[in-house]
Amino acid sequence: MAVADSNTTATIQIERATRASRATTIVGAILFIVLASMPFWADSSLLRQFTEFACLLVMAQMWNLLGGYGGMVSIGQQAFIGVGGYTLIVLGNFLGLNPFLCIPLAGVAAALMAIPTSQIVFRLQGGYFAIGTWAIAEIYRLSVANVSAVGGGSGTSFTALYGIARWTREAATFWIALAAVFGSIALVYLLLRSRFGLALTAIRDSEAASASQGIDVQRTKFWVYVIAGFGFGIAGALYFLNNLRISPDAAFGVQWSPVVIFMVIIGGLGTIEGPLIGALLYFVLSKVFSDYGTWYLIALGLLAVIVTLRFPRGIWGFVESRWDIRCFPVQRRLRK
Amino acid sequence: MISWIDTILQGVMLGGLYALFAIGLSLMFGVMRLVNVAHGDFVILTAFIGFVIVDTLHVNAFAAMLLVVPLAFGIGYAVQHGVLTRTIGRDPLPSLVVTFGLSIIIQNLLLEIFSADTRSIPGGGVETGSIALGRGLAVGWLPLLTFGAALAITGVFQWFFNHTRLGRAFRATSDDHEAAALVGVDNRRVYAMATGIAIGVLGVAGILHGMRTTMSPGDGPAQLIYGFEAVIIGGMGSFWGTFAGGVILGVAQSIGFRVDPGWGILVGHVVFVTVLLFKPTGLFPKTRE
Repeated sequence: MAVADSNTTATIQIERATRASRATTIVGAILFIVLASMPFWADSSLLRQFTEFACLLVMAQMWNLLGGYGGMVSIGQQAFIGVGGYTLIVLGNFLGLNPFLCIPLAGVAAALMAIPTSQIVFRLQGGYFAIGTWAIAEIYRLSVANVSAVGGGSGTSFTALYGIARWTREAATFWIALAAVFGSIALVYLLLRSRFGLALTAIRDSEAASASQGIDVQRTKFWVYVIAGFGFGIAGALYFLNNLRISPDAAFGVQWSPVVIFMVIIGGLGTIEGPLIGALLYFVLSKVFSDYGTWYLIALGLLAVIVTLRFPRGIWGFVESRWDIRCFPVQRRLRK
Repeated sequence: MISWIDTILQGVMLGGLYALFAIGLSLMFGVMRLVNVAHGDFVILTAFIGFVIVDTLHVNAFAAMLLVVPLAFGIGYAVQHGVLTRTIGRDPLPSLVVTFGLSIIIQNLLLEIFSADTRSIPGGGVETGSIALGRGLAVGWLPLLTFGAALAITGVFQWFFNHTRLGRAFRATSDDHEAAALVGVDNRRVYAMATGIAIGVLGVAGILHGMRTTMSPGDGPAQLIYGFEAVIIGGMGSFWGTFAGGVILGVAQSIGFRVDPGWGILVGHVVFVTVLLFKPTGLFPKTRE
């Protein structure tokens, strides 16, 4: 994706692609092909693990878009994980739709729910916005817990997959997960390289200054919120397609938030590489250490606190400043 | 009819407890624009400290407050001075992540020490006793004491904020912390005092909560949300507003529970959303937009 266009003076170039980004494109393409062939050779537990990782990665990318670029620190995105998950159940179990088609529809449903939700939470700023999003997620949770058709507080199982051959089921789930991984990264990357992304980063740096330059701050934030809702809806639906069992606490519970925030903060806020590294790191840590239960969570909490205080730009922030590597350049840089 | 009056009365009393959760949040936000995500977990932490003191020293729960309040103040002061002050700035993200991290740490430490079993603090008869008001109406001693404590603490807060040297420093820092520093206010100390007082109040609130109901290590987040809703319903910048917000939330939940036990908390949330939609500055705001 070489789009280094020269300006009239010819001595100064606007750099929009780097060596690392060209390498990333090639590695990404090879990785995509190799991964896409996985259902033909990998065992089902590996496929399931990848799907789980995909959910985490999509959430991390979307939260980063919201918090790292949009400046909206939400601890209530589980509202949309839950909406996505329950949309899958309702469309699949009750309406009998193709379970795999339900995934994009779940994203749409979550995006639609993000519209009224934004009308409420956008009335709060900063820290209160964060807790407001959480309170709204609780409303979703309690409301769904009162609906007996979906099992109330104890939840229900996803039955729409019965009758689909095991290989087809696993492969389709995996390919959707793969598409979600590459799709979410591409979405954030292309979005940030566009005019919209320029407006968004301007808003992050100063709302007042960007408003004075003619950027519609509220509208831009609104779209970021809706897109993030869409992404979290997809991730939620995919997660429960992989797990086949849903309950209001599992879907709308606040336990999602520390996980998502941990991935983004540790990896590096405000970069595309950061959430990717954070998701990989969290995924590995959770597989290795989750047996330690409470101590593992205490360590995660401590790590988040220490990283925020000492290394506010996370792992990728450190790499970027040390070696000037940019795999997903979203900025425009002037070069002689 | 009488039973509805009873429901509302219980709600008002419960609201006193929510006001106690909320007042510290309100103070911390007012002085530093800091939102403490771990506030509810501090409620549960002080409740468990109270539980241990009552259990080991065999003292009355109210006597235990004499120990727990200074201890809670110390914890708040130390956490602010050692950790939180470094996160204060234009960007709300660092303070949110750090207090969220503290929340996870407190919850899991309590879980590790006390397991997930529910406990409550024995109140020595206060939690079951009540005064008859006639016509079959009665009000429990504990709810009444809770409401009285909330009323008194709110009054003291408002007076303190308006009439003392430290209160003036709080207001000055709240308006413009740089200008306050210029005229000799030690911001770091003011911040630490504010959080110390905010968590100190939870020494009272936590023990009252632990006597009122059973508690377990994971109960903090719910208390945070109730306190937060009380602040938003009441409107920012006024302690009496926060108090009123707590009472409104308590009454809403109480009515909700009366109609259907599954709806109680939800009705409280609905009142919060309604206020946010129609009066985003809260019902009794003091600060202008």
